[in-house]
Amino acid sequence: RKTSERLSGNLAGIGGQTRLTDAQLDELEDALILSDLGPRAAMRIRDRLATRQFPRGSDERAIQEAVAEEIAEILRPVAKPLEVTAFPRPHVVLVIGVNGSGKTTTIAKLAHLFQEEDYAVMLAAGDTFRAAAIGQLKVWADRIGVPVVTGPEGGDPASVVFDGVKAATQQGIDALIVDTAGRLQNKRELMDELAKIRKVLGRLNPEAPHDVVLVLDATNGQNALAQIDVFKEVAGVTGLVMTKLDGTARGGVLVAAAEQYGLPIHAIGVGEGLDDLRPFDPDLVARVIAGVA
Amino acid sequence: MFDTLSDRLGSVFDSLRGRGALKEEDVRAAMREVRIALLEADVALPVVRRFIDTVTERAVGEQVLRSVTPGQQVVKIVNDALVEMLGGTAEDGGSPDAAKLDLEAKPPVVIMMVGLQGSGKTTSTAKIAKRLKETEGKKVMMASLDVNRPAAQDQLKVLGEQAGVATLPIIAGQQPVEIANRAISSAKLQSFDVLMLDTAGRLHVDEALMAEMKAVAAVSTPKEVLLVVDSLTGQDAVNVAQSFTGEVPLTGVVLTRMDGDARGGAALSMRAVTGKPIKFAGTGEKLDAIEPFHPSRVANRILGMGDIVSMVEKA
Ligand SMILES: Nc1nc2c(ncn2[C@@H]2O[C@H](COP(=O)(O)OP(=O)(O)OP(=O)(O)O)[C@@H](O)[C@H]2O)c(=O)[nH]1
Ligand SMILES: Nc1nc2c(ncn2[C@@H]2O[C@H](COP(=O)(O)OP(=O)(O)OP(=O)(O)O)[C@@H](O)[C@H]2O)c(=O)[nH]1
Ligand SMILES: [Mg+2]
Ligand SMILES: [Mg+2]
Repeated sequence: RKTSERLSGNLAGIGGQTRLTDAQLDELEDALILSDLGPRAAMRIRDRLATRQFPRGSDERAIQEAVAEEIAEILRPVAKPLEVTAFPRPHVVLVIGVNGSGKTTTIAKLAHLFQEEDYAVMLAAGDTFRAAAIGQLKVWADRIGVPVVTGPEGGDPASVVFDGVKAATQQGIDALIVDTAGRLQNKRELMDELAKIRKVLGRLNPEAPHDVVLVLDATNGQNALAQIDVFKEVAGVTGLVMTKLDGTARGGVLVAAAEQYGLPIHAIGVGEGLDDLRPFDPDLVARVIAGVA
Repeated sequence: MFDTLSDRLGSVFDSLRGRGALKEEDVRAAMREVRIALLEADVALPVVRRFIDTVTERAVGEQVLRSVTPGQQVVKIVNDALVEMLGGTAEDGGSPDAAKLDLEAKPPVVIMMVGLQGSGKTTSTAKIAKRLKETEGKKVMMASLDVNRPAAQDQLKVLGEQAGVATLPIIAGQQPVEIANRAISSAKLQSFDVLMLDTAGRLHVDEALMAEMKAVAAVSTPKEVLLVVDSLTGQDAVNVAQSFTGEVPLTGVVLTRMDGDARGGAALSMRAVTGKPIKFAGTGEKLDAIEPFHPSRVANRILGMGDIVSMVEKA
């Protein structure tokens, strides 16, 4: 069953009074936990709902709407699309995250989006480690029709990135999007490599990277918070994209992330195709989490 | 980031030192902390509920060892129950099913790998193939049925070269069932012992792809169907486990990215919902980074504990 259905199932039978009962609040809290809010964030929202007055005769729907509103209030301030603003060009976007979260696919989607906005886009294949990672990015670049800078397999990612910025600058490219190898945030050496890529970028253009986008997988649970924490510290994350929201996972961890870190959320991934990137709509995501959308 | 469970339980029980037996109300207070610890470790809520019921029943009335605090005693009961639910044995906490693959069939024996996008199927396929070749002297072939993700078949080919394991030659444009059939005849002809089928990542709600997976299982009659699951998985674990179990005859689970710092509650969810053993743990990106699953280590990790258990055991 989809989370939304499960949520409404869980919320069935709530309704009627001016304040919610403990049992009702328990159910709401459980529903939030099932959406991956985590026990602490779920408890905070529960506490806020406990103080709320509900018109007598409020039905289940009205209560769900109230939950959605609480969540939307948390998410609204962080909704912010990714924009190509750098001057001088190119605007450099570094894309990072744990293994398999959807970085390379998100890069293809973003490139496609920027292209539709009439920007000249270039990709840099900074994942020189994973088998056929360069080939994967190349296939996407061909499909979209954008140039891609690559280096040898097993080569130094920082030097690919360096070549990318040089080429993009020379060719008057508007946006350079840099792919990187997946890495778990507790891997010291691999995290240092990210810091090095940042440094190399900065050598050619002190403003670069203009954006450092952390790609989170919606099916991940509470570890996503640790990912944000460490990637922010080491690589200066400036914004988030959450992928795989086309399944039953609802990405409730974004609520806790917004509260704790306040990082912009740029977009969400809802499929494997080029058009499956959506702007982050806080009201919609909140309604999905609360089970009314 | 998190307090350890034993710290938290310590404070719940501070006032209760020197008690004889665990009383129901003490246990209930402790279980509130256990519940939070499990949820923070991403154990799925329905599984948490079931677990808490079992442990509460077991703990009420237990004698508190004189040398430990009631908090530590509860931690030990919780830990033991967790090891058990993860498939561990009482003696050494290891799993008798770990790393065991059933290859008793007429060769080529088919092993099929399934799971969500990006969970680690392709990498785990190559790791297991390499292990079968090196530790059991099996002649293994791998075939990628992933016609969706760009360069997916190349990825398996490159991994095959790295592992010294044969891969089925790629023919562009073939569909998964056709590839599976070709792999089977090719493996027969060349008398391979084991054929590993790597499949495309799919969401359990994607009916077309789930049907495709069933069709592949139908033509290849796999002896083992392994669900590859990211140890970072959150509450969605239940949906994933239920849907895949319902569609193909799963025989086990591979838990990837155990080299991360996630508490790994998905292990418990998977085991509880599929009822199938967790056979392997992926512990890195390199091809030898795979181990038999070890329940007691994972139990410690889920509870966020260091030495408390061995301390209590010595007491
Ligand atoms: N259903 C779904 N699948 C996605 C989405 N985004 C990416 N994927 C799939 O997830 C898998 C991993 O995506 P990649 O883009 O290769 O992930 P990555 O982070 O680059 O992986 P590594 O480079 O190996 O760390 C692929 O099968 C993608 O097709 C999404 O929004 N929805
Ligand atoms: N750190 C770590 N990374 C892993 C492990 N297993 C796989 N990976 C990485 O996770 C990413 C995805 O792995 P794949 O094997 O491509 O995953 P997949 O399930 O085949 O992905 P799709 O075919 O796109 O669905 C890659 O970057 C792998 O190197 C593991 O145990 N630990
Ligand atoms: Mg990638
Ligand atoms: Mg794969």
